[in-house]
Amino acid sequence: MSEHLSALIVVLPLLAAPVCLLLRHTAMVRAWTSIVAWACMIMAWTLLERVQTGGAISYSMGGWDPPLGIEYRLDALNAYLLVIVTTIAAVVFPSGTILTGTALPEGKRHLYFAALLLCLAGLLGISSTGDLFNVFVFVEITSLSSYTLISLGKDRRALTAAFSYLVMGTIGGTFLLLGIGFLYQVTGTLNMQDLALRLPELLESRTVLAGFAFLMVGGSIKLAVFPLHQWLPNAYTQAPPAVSAFIAATATKVSYYLLARVIFTIFGAAFVFDALHLHWLMLPMALAAMFAGSFAAVFQTDLKRLLAYSSIAQIGYMVLGLSMASEAGLTGGIVHLFNHALMKGGLFLAVASVVMRTGSSSVNAISGLGRKMPITMAAMVIGGLSLIGVPGTAGFVSKWYLVVGALEHGWYSVAVLILLSSLIAVVYVWRLVEIAFFGEATHDVCEVPWNSWLPTWILIGGTLVFGLWTDVTVGGASSAARALLGGTP
Amino acid sequence: MSSKPPMRMREKVLLRVASRVFIPLILLFALYVQFHGDFGPGGGFQAGVIFAAGFVLFGLIFGLETLQQVVPWSIVERSVALGLLIFGGVGVACLLRGGRFLDYGVLDHHSSMHGQHLGILIIELGVGLTVAATMLAIFYAMAGRERT
Repeated sequence: MSEHLSALIVVLPLLAAPVCLLLRHTAMVRAWTSIVAWACMIMAWTLLERVQTGGAISYSMGGWDPPLGIEYRLDALNAYLLVIVTTIAAVVFPSGTILTGTALPEGKRHLYFAALLLCLAGLLGISSTGDLFNVFVFVEITSLSSYTLISLGKDRRALTAAFSYLVMGTIGGTFLLLGIGFLYQVTGTLNMQDLALRLPELLESRTVLAGFAFLMVGGSIKLAVFPLHQWLPNAYTQAPPAVSAFIAATATKVSYYLLARVIFTIFGAAFVFDALHLHWLMLPMALAAMFAGSFAAVFQTDLKRLLAYSSIAQIGYMVLGLSMASEAGLTGGIVHLFNHALMKGGLFLAVASVVMRTGSSSVNAISGLGRKMPITMAAMVIGGLSLIGVPGTAGFVSKWYLVVGALEHGWYSVAVLILLSSLIAVVYVWRLVEIAFFGEATHDVCEVPWNSWLPTWILIGGTLVFGLWTDVTVGGASSAARALLGGTP
Repeated sequence: MSSKPPMRMREKVLLRVASRVFIPLILLFALYVQFHGDFGPGGGFQAGVIFAAGFVLFGLIFGLETLQQVVPWSIVERSVALGLLIFGGVGVACLLRGGRFLDYGVLDHHSSMHGQHLGILIIELGVGLTVAATMLAIFYAMAGRERT
């Protein structure tokens, strides 16, 4: 059975979702969802271990060999991503705050869990498939389920937020499909490895260039790269907080993976960076995202919106790593996927705890909560420190590699700008600390139960652990970066 | 319904008689498309849509309430799930019999041809069930909107 793991990790959540509809009972569905997420996490860690010792794993669906059939191909990068996605799911799904802030009446809640599982299945599918059209199918599964999840927020504005995300997401998905179609028209294949073999002779073709452009723009919309980020703040703000935690920590990471895969595996760094000079487009966008996102975060009055704008800035750091196209830069970008998933997931879960107790996610809601809810607020502070990149937290590790990458390139000004943008993060994090610990307590509340603060602390504790002990995170990221740069992994 | 039409559709003899004749034919044709799909044009998706169209016609003529007595919402919701499970279940069955996921050849010990045939037949059944149920779910959701 163990050779089928790379298929089962996608099939299990995909089939577990309809089981939710048959079980119906909320407590049972909840337990079932958690069990499935845990099983996926165990599979992902096993696969990562196997890829790191035995090299890439290829699995042909239905016994049709690639490139004709659909191939699931796991290398150092995919397996790393599977671990990120499933670990976040395994922590968020069992959380006591999972239903906080949802507008669902009792008797409909099993649908919410089914959507969560479908979203997980889609994300895992994008990460593990080696077939470009299969990627599109899973992108649609992920997007459709996340539109549903976002629209379930308590506020009626969640509906408009989900709708505008639907419009942007559909444009992004259509661009991806057009790009895939163009490449298929020219090469007659959809398998990524096969495309990588056939494309080098065809790079002069205008169809291939157009296909590349469509794939890049489509992927960038899904990733919410500045200036294509407009859907993100509303979507994260209006979604139930646990959904924000899950989507913020996983969906953007998977889109980032997709861009990296298209650039490095399918088209090759030589074409993208030496012939097209894409870094001269990506670098300014990344820098703009870092500053615009952080600046906007400073002025927000809603915790979730603040975190969403901070996400846009953090996506900037990741894209910065991508545009360096060197081992240090890519390691920084990829390790930031993991670290940002931990801190943003933890922070959104902390906000979920705040919403659970106070019923509001406005910045004023945490006024004085440092004394009322010390465990949650401590987690929020540490998560904030990690966003800044204070040494000893995971955020420092990723920024360290990004700065090293910038210096290697001789981009000294970029290195300075990374540090400067971190200073803006100090402003918005300090604002939260000030309100939480020095403000007047307006809500008479107590700490959330252990099943709500423990998931927060698992993720926030992770940022501390992986801030000091970097064997797994940086080790995995640098082997993923080498696999990307080495052409065929 | 807020504004009552002068004459409801079920009171029109022509519509009632015609639909009584057509609905069984539509369902029969859906089954033909479903099970003939591996020899000719057709398959689960088309069959599911045609099958659901029969029920939608029934709902249009005899009213949503009557249709929901025939096919209650709980059955629709469960059928959506069940169809997907049938599809995936075939894949898992292939795994358990020692093949790859969705490698139907292993479903029959004697000939892989028969296995392929059996596999695609059951898969299309799952597709048909889910598509028909989803079509009905969409119809219920849109037709029932004013009444909530």
